[in-house]
Amino acid sequence: MKISYYPGCTLKTKAGNLETAALASLLALGIEVEEIDRWNCCGAVFSLTADDLIHQVGPVRNLIRAKEQGANKLVTLCSMCYNTLARANLIMKNDPVKRDTINRFMDDEIDYAGEVEVVHLLTFLDQEVGWERIREMVKVPLEGLRIAPYYGCTLQRPADVGIEPFGSFSLMTRLFESLGATVMPFAAADKCCGSYQILNGEDGAQSTAATILKSAAEAGAEALATSCPLCEYNLGKQQGKLLENGLIGTTVPTYYFTQLLAIALGVAPESCRFDLNDGAALDLLKNKNCLVAA
Amino acid sequence: MTLTITDQTITLKSFEKLKELSGENVKLCMQCATCSGMCPMTAEMDHSPRKVMHLAQFGLFDKLSASNTFWKCASCHACTVKCPRGIDIAKVMEALRQQVLRKSKNYIEPSALPAERIVELPQIALVAGFRKLTS
Repeated sequence: MKISYYPGCTLKTKAGNLETAALASLLALGIEVEEIDRWNCCGAVFSLTADDLIHQVGPVRNLIRAKEQGANKLVTLCSMCYNTLARANLIMKNDPVKRDTINRFMDDEIDYAGEVEVVHLLTFLDQEVGWERIREMVKVPLEGLRIAPYYGCTLQRPADVGIEPFGSFSLMTRLFESLGATVMPFAAADKCCGSYQILNGEDGAQSTAATILKSAAEAGAEALATSCPLCEYNLGKQQGKLLENGLIGTTVPTYYFTQLLAIALGVAPESCRFDLNDGAALDLLKNKNCLVAA
Repeated sequence: MTLTITDQTITLKSFEKLKELSGENVKLCMQCATCSGMCPMTAEMDHSPRKVMHLAQFGLFDKLSASNTFWKCASCHACTVKCPRGIDIAKVMEALRQQVLRKSKNYIEPSALPAERIVELPQIALVAGFRKLTS
């Protein structure tokens, strides 16, 4: 099986661990990945004003790249990329007036009408690989690891692009159960991490992040899993500061879901780039004897 | 909060502009405050999302433009998915932000961000923050 893949900017640098672990996992699952040519920034946030079409051009160009390569599906890993691409795709599919304006504006491109389906890797694993197959492929079960699935906002909202309904976390739950981990539901699982508000004074983003981390810890989770580099930044990389400021009492290591998948599939830890996570993330997996000898 | 309505405070043009930019009809709001309950940033806001909807219903845009609510909105869409009247409140907040940003006003100053912060922030944080908070 071969898939077309859109990485996005952050996965090529600061969230390299989200990507390298995913690519190694897909290789282990026997899936060939083709990164689309000449991709550009997705825009990070979907433009919410009705008259602003120029910011749809970026995501739509990426969809055109996929169409040119003959793809009918485009797989993404980053939640924010997923959201902007999927929402721009809905405009191109469902709004003939805006579609026509955007197509005429990009007169150097082929016309596009939503022919490519934007798919998040979690949905792809569910629909095209299947949890049973993943369970069979597990070499290092994540036994005893109590993991809290954290989707963040952009995987689930709004409803027309959500990978599953608001308040439901079944895709990550079934993934981690297939990997042998124990899934820990927690009350603040659907709360926002503060997102880009981290640029707008730290107080707001810190208190939202603390709410989530405290809730996960109180529910008995040892770690948090996400698919968004901005969630990982606010919830993972900011933990030292949150602890220092007394906003949280205990640390909760954060992983990308792809890193847990890769480790369970027996991928070498080097391919998961744990150097980009907080040190506690690698230590926890070591303590659980989940790392194969490197 | 006391609302004083005079012929100066209600600006039909601004009301129409909000509708045009957001595509939403704020008059559908029944003031149930589900949005304020869902919003993760309410504690940071001078007016809760419900109050912003109320001010918008009355066209009190002078009060609205001085509010920090739409600048503290993280566009998480928790209000949007739970609004019992089906109003996409995240779009209303964006329309309010855009009415200020389109006058070439920045809410945050990118050059004031410390260099060490820029080095560690993921690109999506910078792109998203600049798109939402700068003109």
